[in-house]
Amino acid sequence: MTAATHGTTSTSTMKLTLRIWRQHSPEDGGSMVTYQIEGVSPDMSFLEMLDVLNEDLILRGEEPVAFDHDCREGICGACGMVINGRAHGPERTTTCQLHMRQFSDGDTIDIEPWRAAAFPVVKDLVVDRSALDRVIQAGGYITAPTGSAPEAHATAVPKEAADFAFEHAECIGCGACVAACPNGSAMLFTSAKVNHLNVLPQGAPEREGRVLDMVAAMDEEGFGGCTNSGECTIACPKGIPLQSIADMNREFFRAATKRRR
Amino acid sequence: MAGTGVLMLLFLVAHMLGNLKVFFGPEEFNSYAGWLRTIGEPVLHASWFLWLQRFGLIACVVLHGVAAYQLSRRDLAARPTRYQHRPPARASYATRTMRWGGVILALFIVWHILDLTTLTVNPLGKPHHPYENVVADFQVWYVNVIYIVAMLALGFHIRHGFWSAAQTLGANSRDRDRLLKVTANVLAVALTAGFIAVPVAVMIGVVS
Ligand code: HEM
Ligand code: SF4
Ligand code: FES
Repeated sequence: MTAATHGTTSTSTMKLTLRIWRQHSPEDGGSMVTYQIEGVSPDMSFLEMLDVLNEDLILRGEEPVAFDHDCREGICGACGMVINGRAHGPERTTTCQLHMRQFSDGDTIDIEPWRAAAFPVVKDLVVDRSALDRVIQAGGYITAPTGSAPEAHATAVPKEAADFAFEHAECIGCGACVAACPNGSAMLFTSAKVNHLNVLPQGAPEREGRVLDMVAAMDEEGFGGCTNSGECTIACPKGIPLQSIADMNREFFRAATKRRR
Repeated sequence: MAGTGVLMLLFLVAHMLGNLKVFFGPEEFNSYAGWLRTIGEPVLHASWFLWLQRFGLIACVVLHGVAAYQLSRRDLAARPTRYQHRPPARASYATRTMRWGGVILALFIVWHILDLTTLTVNPLGKPHHPYENVVADFQVWYVNVIYIVAMLALGFHIRHGFWSAAQTLGANSRDRDRLLKVTANVLAVALTAGFIAVPVAVMIGVVS
């Protein structure tokens, strides 16, 4: 590799205008605040761009922008913000895996927190997503004996069931589906969790209770109802399909009729 | 929403097909309307089936509306803060207009019953002469506008509603999604075209 093309970093940097939702506390009203940022490399991730802004703010003695993040490799589900009106921004990925090459020099970027009654803003771009944890607590587990690991082939899982479970297990619980839904509904998230376990033999003992209890917990948290607008699936960084909601509804009807008997 | 919607849809298919009898002249159409009053005889008394169907349909319309109201209230409460930056929605036109489309259809149903069932607002209003009443209706330009606008709203409502009901009832799956969407579009186009055929035929003089 020659010196001129050293590495993969491109030389031109970008100058951007950011309009970011700043909110001091849950009680605070909050508003959009405008910042200018220079020297943004197209190879930076969106969060690295915010790190640069925050360094600048700290040096100027201002409060840095609060945002959630952890793995920064698209697997933990901690990050998430609404970028130009789209949950996780313009690309189908997590905010941490979104790169600044998706934007152009001179762009104005609007950054807002997830919006839903069930996701109250804690500070700036950080929202409280513990409502999703409570949905999981209601049934997103299997009853397994503790002790030494069971023999891997003891329980046979049909290939189709394994694929179906894996597809739904991809959900990282980021909450983008709720943020993107015009009804603040958590149906896509809940369906991913229910379908993941309900199709597996390991999840069979709690199959009926799981779907009924998780749906009840979801309703209790103040998530909206599904009108099949489909915005959730488009926003989902893991591509959980919209038909998963129908799959969960089928499980729900099956469980509801079985319980009554 | 899904259950009542599907029941109303079944009625609409039968109703649209029945309406097309208008193309076979007054005798056939009027005797068909008369036959509607004999369905169920002799087990049921004359017109009992018709009245059962009327009560059933009114119950569907009311329950559908109440459920839509409750769902909308809940959905608006679940998303109290709007985004500052609102890019165009990616959902289809049909999906985005379910609420207002439903309101238009509810108003249309009231008007339609006053027009062709009670004959209160019908320009002719001759009892037991549905063919003549329909022809009189579509001589009036704004009646045509009301019918055509309502039928377009109906098409959009069904385009989203049919597939959405399949989702809700758990009848959809990855393999069936395409088929259900195509069926929804076929139903929407067939119902809209079939219903609109009547006012258009009167307007251009094919039916008079
Ligand atoms: C241009 C389209 C339409 C035409 C020409 C039409 C015509 C008619 C006529 C002539 C009747 C009376 C039948 C009789 O007296 O036996 C009727 C009844 C009825 N129509 Fe329609 N209709 C149309 C569209 C619709 C639509 C879209 C709906 C529903 C949203 C609807 C709902 C009803 C209902 C509920 C009745 C029954 C009232 C009763 O029990 O007598 N119609 N229609
Ligand atoms: S379904 Fe997709 S968008 Fe929703 S929480 Fe899971 S990964 Fe995030
Ligand atoms: S920080 Fe873990 S998914 Fe983005």
